[in-house]
Amino acid sequence: MNRTKGDEEEYWNSSKFKAFTFDDEDDELSQLKESKRAVNSLRDFVDDDDDDDLERVSWTGEPVGSISWSIKETAGNSGSTHEGREQLKSRNSFSSYAQLPKPTSAYSLSSFFRGRTRPGSFQSLSDALSDTPAKSYAPELGRPKGEYRDYSNDWSPSDTVRRLRKGKVLIFLKRTLSKEILFRELEVRQIALRHLIHFLKEIGDQKMLLDLFRFLDRTEELALSHYREHLNIQDPDKRKEFLKTCIGLPFSAEDSAHIQDHYTLLERQIIIEANDRHLESAGQTEIFRKHPRKASILNMPLVTTLFYSCFYHYTEAEGTFSSPVNLKKTFKIPDKQYVLTALAARAKLRAWNDVDALFTTKNWLGYTKKRAPIGFHRVVEILHKNNAPVQILQEYVNLVEDVDTKLNLATKFKCHDVVIDSCRDLKDRQQLLAYRSKVDKGSAEEEKIDALLSSSQIRWKN
Amino acid sequence: MAAHLSYGRVNLNVLREAVRRELREFLDKCAGSKAIVWDEYLTGPFGLIAQYSLLKEHEVEKMFTLKGSRLPAADVKNIIFFVRPRLELMDIIAENVLSEDRRGPTRDFHILFVPRRSLLCEQRLKDLGVLGSFIHREEYSLDLIPFDGDLLSMESECAFKECYLEGDQTSLYHAAKGLMTLQALYGTIPQIFGKGECARQVANMMIRMKREFTGSQNSIFPVFDNLLLLDRNVDLLTPLATQLTYEGLIDEIYGIQNSYVKLPPEKFAPKKQGDGGKDLPTEAKKLQLNSAEELYAEIRDKNFNAVGSVLSKKAKVISAAFEERHNAKTVGEIKQFVSQLPHMQAARGSLANHTSIAELIKDVTTSEDFFDKLTVEQEFMSGIDTDKVNNYIEDCIAQKHSLIKVLRLVCLQSVCNSGLKQKVLDYYKREILQTYGYEHILTLHNLEKAGLLKPQTGGRNNYPTIRKTLRLWMDDVNEQNPTDISYVYSGYAPLSVRLAQLLSRPGWRSIEEVLRILPGPHFEERQPLPTGLQKKRQPGENRVTLVFFLGGVTFAEIAALRFLSQLEDGGCSEET
Repeated sequence: MNRTKGDEEEYWNSSKFKAFTFDDEDDELSQLKESKRAVNSLRDFVDDDDDDDLERVSWTGEPVGSISWSIKETAGNSGSTHEGREQLKSRNSFSSYAQLPKPTSAYSLSSFFRGRTRPGSFQSLSDALSDTPAKSYAPELGRPKGEYRDYSNDWSPSDTVRRLRKGKVLIFLKRTLSKEILFRELEVRQIALRHLIHFLKEIGDQKMLLDLFRFLDRTEELALSHYREHLNIQDPDKRKEFLKTCIGLPFSAEDSAHIQDHYTLLERQIIIEANDRHLESAGQTEIFRKHPRKASILNMPLVTTLFYSCFYHYTEAEGTFSSPVNLKKTFKIPDKQYVLTALAARAKLRAWNDVDALFTTKNWLGYTKKRAPIGFHRVVEILHKNNAPVQILQEYVNLVEDVDTKLNLATKFKCHDVVIDSCRDLKDRQQLLAYRSKVDKGSAEEEKIDALLSSSQIRWKN
Repeated sequence: MAAHLSYGRVNLNVLREAVRRELREFLDKCAGSKAIVWDEYLTGPFGLIAQYSLLKEHEVEKMFTLKGSRLPAADVKNIIFFVRPRLELMDIIAENVLSEDRRGPTRDFHILFVPRRSLLCEQRLKDLGVLGSFIHREEYSLDLIPFDGDLLSMESECAFKECYLEGDQTSLYHAAKGLMTLQALYGTIPQIFGKGECARQVANMMIRMKREFTGSQNSIFPVFDNLLLLDRNVDLLTPLATQLTYEGLIDEIYGIQNSYVKLPPEKFAPKKQGDGGKDLPTEAKKLQLNSAEELYAEIRDKNFNAVGSVLSKKAKVISAAFEERHNAKTVGEIKQFVSQLPHMQAARGSLANHTSIAELIKDVTTSEDFFDKLTVEQEFMSGIDTDKVNNYIEDCIAQKHSLIKVLRLVCLQSVCNSGLKQKVLDYYKREILQTYGYEHILTLHNLEKAGLLKPQTGGRNNYPTIRKTLRLWMDDVNEQNPTDISYVYSGYAPLSVRLAQLLSRPGWRSIEEVLRILPGPHFEERQPLPTGLQKKRQPGENRVTLVFFLGGVTFAEIAALRFLSQLEDGGCSEET
C-alpha cells in the first residue's frame, strides 16, 4: 500500500464522478450517495493491488488472472477449469470484503474528504488538477478527438499529412482524379506519395501500384514489386509462366541473371518432378523404392535440387535435365559447392566408392592423386555426420594436411590408428601415454601403443 | 507486479495508473455485461497494464480471441473488439458481426482501436456493411507501456521496418504522441537532443503538438532533465552482434516478448518424489522476467560469464539460511525463522529457475559453433578482415545454417566495412540465393534498402574512424567487475550508448566529426519552462535522461545504459 496522497487526489479529481463537488457540503444525501460510490470504486485500487502482491502463476507461467490466461479461461466453457474458478471465487469474496472501509487503510473516507490542496505538499499533481481537472492533467487523454483534426491545413507539414494518411483526402483523390493527374500532383509531394504507395500496398491494389511506379520511372521498384507477386501463385506451371514475364524487367544486371536462373530452375523442377513421380509410383526403380521421396522438389532452392539430383540421378548422363552435371553446368555452380553437395548426398547413401571418386584426380601421367577443393577436414566432418564407418573416416583424416587439425579430428572421431601414428611421427611420448587410457583395455590399439612406447627405435622428444 | 515500477528514479506507476483509468472509463461507457474479443497480438501489451480482475469488475464476463466465422456463444449485452487498426482484422470483425446478426438476441457492438482509430479501417467496415453496427468506435492510446522501474516500451516490433522499408512513419507519430502523454504526466522535458532523420521528425512533431496545446500550460515540475532521441539506423551495428549479457542471451536464444520468455519445459519439471517422470509437461514453460524478482534484477545485466559465480554464491546463502533452523532454539527464534520462510522459499524458487536457464544457455554458449561465430563477430567489430569473403560465413551457408544467422553476419561485416566490395557482396548474394532460394532476392533488397547491406561507395571505409573516436572496441574488458559499457558485448561498446555517454560528458561538441559521418542530422532543442518550474540544481545532483530508441533497442544496450546510470547519473531508457 504505497499509494501516496497525491495519487488519491489524482484519482479523485480525474475520476468519472465529476458531478460531485465539495461545495454542496450541506446536501448530506448526495454526499452519502457519492461516498458510497466512491467506496465501491475503491475496489479498483484495493483489489488490484492485492492481486499484484499475491500474484499466482499457472504452470505456463501466465499469472493467474492475467489477460491471456483469462482468455483461455473464459473461452472454454467446459468444467475443466476448477483451479481458475476457485481463484476467481476467492478473489470475488475478497473484493466484497474490500468494499467495507478499512480503518487502517490509507483510503479511509476522511482522507478523501480532506480539502483539495494543502499548500506546500504535493503541489505537483494536485495543484495542476484543481482548476481544470481532466483536461490539463493529461490533455491527450481527455480532449475530444474532434478538436484535433484539421484537414484544412497545408499539405507539407508531415504530421498533418500523417493524419490524412489513411485518411479521406487520399482516398477521395484516388477516387475522383484520373490517375495521370493524381500521380502528377503527388510527384511533387513526396510524403503524400509515400503514403499513397503504402496505402496501395495495404489495400492490395497491385495494378495501380505498378502504374504508379511506371509513371514515376522507378523501374527497379516496379520490377521487384512485380516479381514479388509470384509468391502468391501456388500452381507451379502458372508460377513458371509468371516468372517468365519477369525476365525482361529492368532489374540490376546481377539480379536479372538470378531471375533468369529462378525461371530455369522451376522449369527443370517441373520436368524432374513429373518424371520422378511417375517412376516412384511405378515402383520399378530401386532407388525410389529404397528411399521414398519425402517431399516434392518443386520450389526448392538450387542447392537442395542439386542434392536431390545427386541422390536420385547421380549416374545419369550430362544430356538429361536431372543429372547433377547438367545442373552444375547450367547454373554455373562453383566446384566447392558442387563437391560439398555431392559428398553429402553420396555419403547419405553410403556410396563410398562415389565419395572416393569425387576426390580422385588423375594427372596427365596417369598418377592418381587425392584432392579436395573444400579441404579434407570438411570432408571428414560431413562423413562423420553421415555415420561413415571408422575405416572410411580414417582414410580421409589421414589426408588432412595440417598435423594439429589431423590429430584433433582423429581424437574427436576415435580414429585410433591415426592418433597413434601421428604421436609417433611427432615423437610425442606424453600424448601417446595419455591416449592409452582412451582406448579399450586389451585391444589391438593398446598393444600397438605399448609396442611403440617400449620401442627403442624412437627418440622421443619428451 | 506493479511495485517494481516504482523502484526507479521516476515512478512509472503514475503512467500505469493513467492508462488503466482510461481503460476503465471506456469499459464503463458500454453499460451492462460484456465480452471482449481480442486481437491476439494485444493481449501481451495489455497484460502489462491490467489484469483480468480489473476487466471483470467492469462486467467483462467473457474473453475470446479474434477468429473468423462465428463468435463463440456468450450471454452478454456488449461485444467489444480490441484491435489494432489493420485491414485484415476488419474483415474478420465484419465476418463475426454478420454471422452474429442471424441468430438470437441483438447485442451492442463496440470497437476499441489500439493505439489509433483509422479512417481506412472504418472505410473498410463501411464497405463491408457493418460500420453502423458499432455503437462506440474509439481509440485507446496505449503508446508507452511501463515495463520496469526504468524501462518503457511501445511494443511496436515493426517500427524499423515501417520507417525504413515502407516509408511509413506512423510509428514515429505514435512515438511523439507517447512522449507528449509522458510530458503531460511528468512535466515538460526542458532539453531534447537527437541524432538521425527519424529523431528529427519526432522532435518536430513534438514541438508542433506542443504549439497546438498552447492553451493549457503544463505546470508539473519536470522529472526528466533531458530527452535523447536516437534513430536505430544511426547504429545498425549493435543489434547485429550477439548480446552477451544474461538477459540478452535469453533473448537471443529464446526470445523475450512482452517481458515473458518461453522455455523448453524439460528442465523445469517439478521434481516430486515418486513421480517417476511421468506426465512430463509438454507445454513450454513461460516465465515473466522483470526487476520485481530480486535475483533477476541482480543478474540480468551482467555478462553471462559473471552469472555463474553469483548463482553459486546465492545458493550458498540460501542453503545457509535454511540451515538456520537447526540453530533456532527458543520459540521466538523459531517464530522469526518461520516468518522468513515465504521469502526464502521464493528466493529458492527463483534461484532454481535461473540456474536452469543458465544451464540451458551454457549449453549453447559452450558449443564450438557459438564460439566460432563470436570470434568472427569480434574480428569484424575490431576491424579485422572485413574486406574479403569470410570462411566461416561461407561454411555456414554451405551447411545451411539458419538464414537469419548468415544474414546477420553478412550485414555485420557490411556495416563494419562501410559497405562490402562489390565482388564480395555479389559472391555472398549468389551463395545465399542458390542455397536458400531465389525468392530471397527480395530479402536482400530489403536489407539494402534499410542500409544493413550495401556496396561500398567511394571506396572509403569510415568504420575505423568511428571505432577509434568513439572507442567502440576495448581490448581489456572485465566481465566480472566491469569498468566500461563494453562488457555487455565482451569488448564492443554499443555505439548508441557511447553516444548517450558522450552527450552527458563532455558533450557532443567533442565528437562533431564522427556525428557528421553517422547518418542523419544531430540537433538540440530547448523547451522553455516558466520560471517557477525551473530546477535549481544542487551541486552533485544528478540529471535524469530519457533515452528513446526509435526502431528498437537490445537488452544489452539497456544493460549498458543501466551500467552508465550507476556509474554517474540517472538514466531511464526506452524503446519502440
